[in-house]
Amino acid sequence: MSKLSYITPEGLRIDGRRNNEIRRLNMKMGIFNRADGSAYYEQGNTKITVAVYGPREVASNQRMLHDRAIVNCEYSQAAFSSATDRKPTRKSDKQSYEIASLIKQAFESTIQITLFPRSQIDIYVQVLQADGGLKAAALNAATLAVIDAGLPMRDFICACSATFIEGVPLLDMNQMEERSGGADLLLSIQPQLGGVISLNMESKVPQDMFESVLELANLGCMKIFALLQTEVKRHSADLLSNQINPKS
Amino acid sequence: MNIDSSNNNNNSNNNVSGNVNNKDDMNFLSDININIFSPNKKMRLMHINSNESSNNKGEKSLSQRQFDRNLMTPGQTISREGEFLRGHGTFHSNNALLASVCGLVERVDKLVSVRPFKARYHGEIGDIVVGRITQVGSKRWKVDVAARQDYILMLTAINLPGGIQRRRTSSDELQMRNFFVENDLVYAEVQAINQDGSVALHTRNQRYGKLQNGTFMSVPPSLIKRGKIHYHSLESIGVDIILGVNGYIWLADSAQQRQQASLIQQHEKENYDQPLLIPQAIREVSRESRIKIARVKNSIEVLNRSFMLIHPRAIMEIYQLAEKMSLPLKDMLHPDKIKQMITAVHTNLTSNKLNNKNKTNNNNNNQDSEGEDDEDDLNEYNAYYNDQMNTE
Repeated sequence: MSKLSYITPEGLRIDGRRNNEIRRLNMKMGIFNRADGSAYYEQGNTKITVAVYGPREVASNQRMLHDRAIVNCEYSQAAFSSATDRKPTRKSDKQSYEIASLIKQAFESTIQITLFPRSQIDIYVQVLQADGGLKAAALNAATLAVIDAGLPMRDFICACSATFIEGVPLLDMNQMEERSGGADLLLSIQPQLGGVISLNMESKVPQDMFESVLELANLGCMKIFALLQTEVKRHSADLLSNQINPKS
Repeated sequence: MNIDSSNNNNNSNNNVSGNVNNKDDMNFLSDININIFSPNKKMRLMHINSNESSNNKGEKSLSQRQFDRNLMTPGQTISREGEFLRGHGTFHSNNALLASVCGLVERVDKLVSVRPFKARYHGEIGDIVVGRITQVGSKRWKVDVAARQDYILMLTAINLPGGIQRRRTSSDELQMRNFFVENDLVYAEVQAINQDGSVALHTRNQRYGKLQNGTFMSVPPSLIKRGKIHYHSLESIGVDIILGVNGYIWLADSAQQRQQASLIQQHEKENYDQPLLIPQAIREVSRESRIKIARVKNSIEVLNRSFMLIHPRAIMEIYQLAEKMSLPLKDMLHPDKIKQMITAVHTNLTSNKLNNKNKTNNNNNNQDSEGEDDEDDLNEYNAYYNDQMNTE
């Protein structure tokens, strides 16, 4: 087979998107009754559920902090989530651990944890289907769940990935584009306060092109933020729709 | 060929719908679009859709616009000027006041706060709560009350059997498991909030203490408003409810609880050295009242699922509706039935509200009327919903 082409001469990608388009987003907050907050998040074929518990009593006293809450994150990928490799899941998987600590650090900086001394907040991320952009999707999903739990945050956390393949910057990679061996840039920002939470890049991008890739990722984050905020507002209106209001 | 394929389609459609009907618990799945993305299908990106739909809506009703204005999401600017005081759910950044939770803005003079829809319980002195013992420590119990940490129940803060004035001895400390053990439910009041943020409970009242022979459920604390009374007796059906401010709810049979209480009182007076054993005859709850309790529990669950405030009046309204519709117990929580009942309650309430207004007007005219208690209750009920209305 000849070398796979990632972009057609017309400028369309493998799944038919243009270079500056994100995949279709679908989301729903408050899917679990038992958790304090929960969310379902779908970005293209990547599907994720998140449950947030807490702030609650610290499980082990040694880890308790007297000035703030501790944030725990557990990330796991279902055995059936990926079409290509079906391996039994291990809890202490290196990649899972990396994503978990990324989420943990992001939320430690954004949730106002100093308001909850001697407590702990648990974030459980479960990937149901993996099709690239997992880190970004997990962060966005966790944001919705944390908001649903009513935890005070300085801002949303919005994340988006971008890459540089065949001389073109691409937004929001899917699995195939991730495997191309091109650069993998992950940007997570606080869209309203205007801060960067994390910026990671694997492999290289020509120096003069880096700026444009980063700018593209930033635009992707802002677009995702608009969608997340719409969903949060829709969910809130839904929640209160049955309560007695002045109209009736 | 054509006919065959259409038949197949029909069959598969039927199967799908049948499956959905069977899985009531999974009803949220029906709201999620589970289309499989394929390059052949033309699927529009959602951000295009959302822009269009918001344009299409165009005119919104006044209350809706007000709601949109008062609804805040984390990081959203409430006010640019510094003339407001920072309340709960807000923070300062760059000389602006921002919201930190998703909820509705409340303004009291200059104090601005945002109240989240769902949040953990936060104790205040005098709150009446239902809790579950999680740990027996030295001279204290740890109690789970759905707050951000376990609350503390000191040995000195409970009523010991054998009179209130009895001295606490070291033997009491050794026998703490005779009073409460892990997983016991307690009915208590918030006594004090300590310097370090821990909260102490007490049960130094005849009606507080261990809860036995009933059923327990939990709802978000925001659905239960603080009030004077949290122990309600639904006299018409003989069910007792404790609506803990922390969202924990206790349901039990009235007659059985009364008998049990008198037995415990007698035991504490006479032979408090022996451990208390409640005989089977008193412990037993009849099948009829168990059904009633289950129906009340389902009624509360209906309110919970539609995120409506939980109040005895509201519970009874749902309870009576379910009976009127002769719904079997197990069908009460069917999503369609919930929708039906909630719409019915809404229409009832609006008509009730009009009646009540007339009534209060009449009452103002001739002030000494009979049935003051009932009127108080009604007013409380109105205030209860008005409170909700004001926030919107």
